[in-house]
Amino acid sequence: MDAQNLDLAYLALAAILFAIGGVGLLIRRNPLVMIMCVELMLNAVNLTFVTFGKMLNDITGQVIVFFVLVVAAAEVVVGLGLVVAMSRRRPGADADDLRLLRG
Amino acid sequence: MTVEAFVFGVCAVVVLVGGLGVVMSRNPVHSALSLVATLFGIAVLFLNLDAQLLAAVQVIVYTGAIVVLILFVMMLLGVDKDDDLETEPLVGQRVLAVLVGLIMVGAVLAVIIIGGHNAVTGARSVTGQLAGGYDNVYELGRQLFTTYVFPLEVTAGLLTIAVVGAVVLSRRPKDVQPIPEPESMIDQGDEPLTLTHEEGAH
Amino acid sequence: MSLALLAQVTGATQDPTPITAIQDQVHVPGPDIYWPALIPLLILLVGGLLLLTFSSFLRKKAPRGIFAAATVAIAVASALSVLPLWAQVQGWDKLLWWDIHPNPSGAYTTIGGMVGVDGFTLFVTIVICAAVALAALLTDGYLRREDMEGPEFYVLMLLSAAGGLIMAMGNDLIVVFIGLETLSIAVYVLSGMHLRRIQSQESGIKYFVLGAFSSAFFLYGIALIYGATGSTNLVHIKTFMSQTVPTQNGLLLIGLGLLVVGLAFKVSAVPFHAWSPDVYDGAPTPAVAWMASGVKAAAFAGMIRIFVLTFSNYEATWKPIVYALAIASMVVGAALAVVQSNVKRMLAYSSISHAGFILMAVEAGSAQGNSAVLFYLAAYVFMVAGSFGIATIVGRKGDGAHSLADYKGLARTNPELAVAFTVLLLAQAGVPFTAGFFAKFYAVEAAVDASSWPLAIIAMLSAVVSAFLYLRIIVAMFMSGADDGDDGPVPTRAERIPVPVGAGIALTLCVVITMVVGLFPNLLVDAAEKGQPALVQYDSPSSGSAAAAGTTGTGQ
Repeated sequence: MDAQNLDLAYLALAAILFAIGGVGLLIRRNPLVMIMCVELMLNAVNLTFVTFGKMLNDITGQVIVFFVLVVAAAEVVVGLGLVVAMSRRRPGADADDLRLLRG
Repeated sequence: MTVEAFVFGVCAVVVLVGGLGVVMSRNPVHSALSLVATLFGIAVLFLNLDAQLLAAVQVIVYTGAIVVLILFVMMLLGVDKDDDLETEPLVGQRVLAVLVGLIMVGAVLAVIIIGGHNAVTGARSVTGQLAGGYDNVYELGRQLFTTYVFPLEVTAGLLTIAVVGAVVLSRRPKDVQPIPEPESMIDQGDEPLTLTHEEGAH
Repeated sequence: MSLALLAQVTGATQDPTPITAIQDQVHVPGPDIYWPALIPLLILLVGGLLLLTFSSFLRKKAPRGIFAAATVAIAVASALSVLPLWAQVQGWDKLLWWDIHPNPSGAYTTIGGMVGVDGFTLFVTIVICAAVALAALLTDGYLRREDMEGPEFYVLMLLSAAGGLIMAMGNDLIVVFIGLETLSIAVYVLSGMHLRRIQSQESGIKYFVLGAFSSAFFLYGIALIYGATGSTNLVHIKTFMSQTVPTQNGLLLIGLGLLVVGLAFKVSAVPFHAWSPDVYDGAPTPAVAWMASGVKAAAFAGMIRIFVLTFSNYEATWKPIVYALAIASMVVGAALAVVQSNVKRMLAYSSISHAGFILMAVEAGSAQGNSAVLFYLAAYVFMVAGSFGIATIVGRKGDGAHSLADYKGLARTNPELAVAFTVLLLAQAGVPFTAGFFAKFYAVEAAVDASSWPLAIIAMLSAVVSAFLYLRIIVAMFMSGADDGDDGPVPTRAERIPVPVGAGIALTLCVVITMVVGLFPNLLVDAAEKGQPALVQYDSPSSGSAAAAGTTGTGQ
């Protein structure tokens, strides 16, 4: 496998990981696992950025990953806060229990 | 087979197995540990791609902070019991989700495989920032504080929002009487949702 | 060389043993920043942070309404600071009584090409500041009623508005992304903030999960575009695409599609709208007023900057998608709104159909389309903030009374509220002599001039259908229990719902502006026409390239 094909393999891996995360988010009902699936998707995107950075010989790809990391951290904090707030009211809740707002 | 290719192979397996573990584990704690495996795999892949600082930051921030936070919350709330993976709220939702995922990945894979290396049409940078003689940390720091200084400073606002949100959402509401759920739900024949999770039909 | 320098600096005379080789002492030049351009953003950001800080000093004895007043003051200050910038961009020589000799004049960019200031940015800034001010006025009475007092609500709205501003002024996809995330994450928290209402937390989680999902799509789109064009800077992307023949570039096409998905979610276009009625229903109503006005405005601003301005060469790709989204939103929004029995959900679906109208104007992809979008956003912010303001008041304590039955007899208990709501709903329906009429008119005109005939026809049909929905609410307000054969009691003045001062001010403002713009639209139309987006090339000092070449949004 020469270097060029290897780079393409990275992109393919990232795409598959992105799809796994996406499918997982649509399938799973536990909010915490759904947050973890979002993290999978964001990691796939990070891998894509770094790979493109290498292919384009540009440091920008890596710089962008920094920002994605910050955003992911902030998102997880808020998501966990929401899960905590909801679990206080209704222990053991999962996404199926979000029935009050079905419409 | 070069060392790089071999490392890629091993890490790709780790990443994919971890990803599938996150999605398919019954126990959320197992999902979190699979996520750790995936994140480590990705960190090694970053090393393979000459992104040394990112690999370190990935381990420290993602694995060391974010996943640990998720595990904390899991333990705090006691949601570590096994999930029910069998029920589907919509018939065929699982099949539909897999189909959508296959389309998503199929499109990108098709472009990559058919286009090959020419699919990445971006202009190659002439400054060669990733070439041998440049120090990764130096280059990253330089870009972060010159070209990308505006987004960098603005993320301060983002982090403030996260902190304020975390504090506000984790407060206990002042009085113990929560507002009762609307009566229309009970009229429709649903059982009242104030029952605990075990008693309510799932 | 560096060691000798070190020796000189430290005064050491013996040879220090180098532990690490320090690189050559290089002066790293920061980008040149034109600070006046950042003043609106800084006022919002710093204002929010200062509000948070100072409020912790006077928590126990905060005077009534001080946080709302502070928020309104910050928003107004930010909006006022836009005026000198507007004068500069438009090239005026005098602003009121003092001379500005604009330098630079016309649109410009700053901070290394990351931020672009043009008429479009400034107009959207004022719209967002207006939305924040209105939402803050509505929040004041709400928080007191629900025992949720504290500055956090206001701080989150201000920071969210700052994020919206960043989206509107971003010249780089990463800046737009960070603005989008700042905007969204604050709103996720706002949705879940009513801790005593389980629907609020549910809506927060739902919004968060689906929002994070769509952000990941958006980000993947940015990654693919980065790979396809070599940069995330909008100007570089545009130059790249004009220099290469736009063949079927697979990565770019998929990237564009993913970007559309991400942004379409934020503006609740069909079929990415499923979160919207549920979240609007469960979230605290003043937060919904902000969501429906400010968040949508910022998201549409981002959409225009990215699609109409940057990807103008790829019209054949993104226009059909936006076309389909517009039609679906107008049709589904109007149709499903009619069958709801909860007023907040009705307003949510009507908001979806408004988004369809604005998408129609975006699809036109012309300067006229851009002005139509700006006019629609400006009018729409007041109409929808006012509508949700009335929903806040009628919600009563607990924020739960939102079904149509709760509006019955409003004309007898609170006649002024009923009249205000009537005006706002008729404006949303597009009745002549209100701002809504001209908004829809200009949007349809832009579509017709861009030869999107089917869109225009469907738009007008959908307006007729949604008029029925608004009439339902109006009729409910003016009827009471005895009138339509129910045995319910006739509500009297004694059952008057209290209207807080702040909400009263906000509603008066909304109604007045809706009617004034409806009677004299020209002032706003003028401003909207001048508010065109532009991409200005940043000539970095190291590149040594020729001077900046500006490319406007419509010329290619």
